[in-house]
Amino acid sequence: MEAGATDVAAGAPGTVEARLPAWHLPTLADRLAGAGASCQFVAAADARATTGVFALTYVFAPPTLRPAAIVRVAVPGAEARIPSLATRSFAASRFEREIHDLFGLVPVGHPDLRRLALHQFWPAGYWPLRRDVAPRDDFADEGQPFPFRRVEGEGLFEITVGPVHAGIIEPGHFRFSVEGETIVNLETRLGFVHKGTEKLFETLPLERAPELAERVSGDTSAGHALALCQALEALAGCAVPSRAAWLRVVLLELERLYNHVADVGMIINDTGFAFGHAHCFRIREELLRLNERVSGHRLLRGAILPGGVAGPVERAGLPEVAAVVERLVAEFGEIAQLSLDNTTVLERLQGTGRLTLRTARELGVVGLVGRASGIDADARRDAPFAAYDALGVRAVVYDGGDVLARTLVRIDEAREAARLIRAVAGHLPDGPTRAPLPPFDAGAEGFGLVEAWRGPVWYWAVAEGATRLARVKVVDPSFRNWPALEYAVLKNIVPDFPLCNKSFNLSYAGNDL
Amino acid sequence: MIAGAALGLLQVFVVAAGAPLLVGVLRTLKARLVGRRGPSPWQPYADLRKLLGKDAVVSETTSWIFRVTPYVLTASMLVTALVIPVLVTRPPLGFAGNIVLLMYLFLLGTFFLALAGLDAGSAFGGMGSSREVAVAALAEPTVILAVFALALRAGTINLGGVVERVEAEPWLAVNPAHLLAFAAFFIVMLAETGRLPVDNPATHLELTMIHEAMVLEYSGRYLALVEWAAAMKLFLFLTLLANLFFPWGVTHLAEPVPVALGLLALVGKLAVLTTLLALVETSVAKLRLFRVPELLAGSFALAILSVMAVFLLR
Repeated sequence: MEAGATDVAAGAPGTVEARLPAWHLPTLADRLAGAGASCQFVAAADARATTGVFALTYVFAPPTLRPAAIVRVAVPGAEARIPSLATRSFAASRFEREIHDLFGLVPVGHPDLRRLALHQFWPAGYWPLRRDVAPRDDFADEGQPFPFRRVEGEGLFEITVGPVHAGIIEPGHFRFSVEGETIVNLETRLGFVHKGTEKLFETLPLERAPELAERVSGDTSAGHALALCQALEALAGCAVPSRAAWLRVVLLELERLYNHVADVGMIINDTGFAFGHAHCFRIREELLRLNERVSGHRLLRGAILPGGVAGPVERAGLPEVAAVVERLVAEFGEIAQLSLDNTTVLERLQGTGRLTLRTARELGVVGLVGRASGIDADARRDAPFAAYDALGVRAVVYDGGDVLARTLVRIDEAREAARLIRAVAGHLPDGPTRAPLPPFDAGAEGFGLVEAWRGPVWYWAVAEGATRLARVKVVDPSFRNWPALEYAVLKNIVPDFPLCNKSFNLSYAGNDL
Repeated sequence: MIAGAALGLLQVFVVAAGAPLLVGVLRTLKARLVGRRGPSPWQPYADLRKLLGKDAVVSETTSWIFRVTPYVLTASMLVTALVIPVLVTRPPLGFAGNIVLLMYLFLLGTFFLALAGLDAGSAFGGMGSSREVAVAALAEPTVILAVFALALRAGTINLGGVVERVEAEPWLAVNPAHLLAFAAFFIVMLAETGRLPVDNPATHLELTMIHEAMVLEYSGRYLALVEWAAAMKLFLFLTLLANLFFPWGVTHLAEPVPVALGLLALVGKLAVLTTLLALVETSVAKLRLFRVPELLAGSFALAILSVMAVFLLR
């Protein structure tokens, strides 16, 4: 690394770390882009009280996330400006908008600084993630409509959907521009459930932090808890006992399994084929009961803690669990096959909501949506954590990019999850399941990266004292993938939107934080 | 005269009271077919009672059309019950009971519902209305043609006359024109009553709806009337299918015993048709909206073939 970088050092396996003056960022981004690495993560922390700067951390990496360049940039508190990478990286443009909303740092040269994380009701100049901010409650509707992209022309109409929907789902606003039934533009507006999750991590007692992480996005409890714990363990230099690492794989795969089964059921339901839906949800229910038996909680909460795992999972009879999982996955495979053999179902899935590889790459799409569009990346294989290194994961990649491909990725990944659970059951090492978490050094930081069922979940934690956190940055894959939906639905018809949306199944809560 | 009026009331009562049960049975059957227990077949009555006891919330931007539509829908279905041969071949308004009147009674409801969908000015109502009108425009000709195939054979466009003719010559029911017309009419029934694969009556997805999108703004007693009318429409379409194509049991005598037998026969035929409908709805997914015209074109072609068969096989 060059371009004025200082303190270049090898970090965690496959990573290199460096400090860089802010104005060198665009040059560096260009050079790394030439090597195939793009911006994957940007987070800011307010360190003005100790060092007088905003500390920014950028991660540049190819879609496989390894090798990664972790770049630290210090922005003087009085200046509060950063050079924007928005025109170079779509992902960076969204991270910068978020930082602009929450920290009041201005990305200079950013072409689109409309609000992203905060609702319009938030008063201007209120940057909630600055440490010296006083809570305010003067929220008011300033009466200005959000500046959506306007599409005008003869026969073009706007359809506004949400934020409150006919079904019981999370709030999000969708602004369609349609020509008849054909979608010519879609813009999503999220942020309706922004609840200050990252701020809460700063004040919450450390032992309750995993609880909060589990609630960032309810369907990814294990994924978020694991990513947080890995960040804390990296920060504190804590080695997780190998038995715990293997059990974490079981928990994460159980979560992947029940979500994939439910998603396939919902996708089939959106085609109106009730049979597949009813049976997928029966299997999902059996999986949730299995979760409860394994971890004591239907959504696997409370099992993953810093330093290892705890609760019933320590004593779970894994061979028996693996047998149940195999039976359920076999049934699920049959149901999915039966549904896909029905031509009326297949016809609805094929070619619907196509996200091309090129668009997926340009938008920096991650996780299973990316794999369904041909991006061969799976952090379990490429940046292994827990015990995935020893287990070996087969990444499931399809190149159709349509609803069918996203369905097939889920079906195959469910099979792979069953295989992984069986493999853990056969080789589970003996030993302790938890190691004590050493006290933190102030200013120490750590990354946690987990391939949860939607895709990579990032946690970045900075310590303030022995048991206090100054900053936790959470990135759910939903944050990365929401914009892709706007492109996948183009030229589709309005009644097919729910099917496209369901095949992405992104989290609103995980995005809004 | 009094017997005639009593018969008329009986027909209306059978349709009005039986419709929710038919919908309930259909839902229960569909649930059982996919392995769920499902609600009780009597559930629609409880739903209607609940809705009738609630206040209706009406958007300030709506006009009188929005308020009148539920009554128009219900009334047009009740009048239809007086016109078509449900239990007897010559119901009180049977003299007027020809195919053209029937078509327009159904269309009247569709027309008002489409207007009401637009009335509140919400995006969903407009979408539902535009889709409903597109489907209706494609479906109506098929209904007319399919029934005309029967009328040509019977030599009358009066529905009662058609029923009597087929009753008198049972072999008509297995002739190709008859069977083709039945297939055409069945498909069109799916479209007209908002069943799968044209519309999904169970969906909560506002963007995919047709019928449900138009009635999205209704609540309370208005919604009860709209739902009740929709149930009656399904009942009437299935009754037409049952009695026009398999007319046995429909009597021309206004006496208690034949009428009771007619009712039993109707229940039996509706049970068979409802099961058939549940099987169809369970085994198909909803069609992509732009494929619906292809399905209806197919049904129209069947109806044309049926009319041609009448002439060719004369």
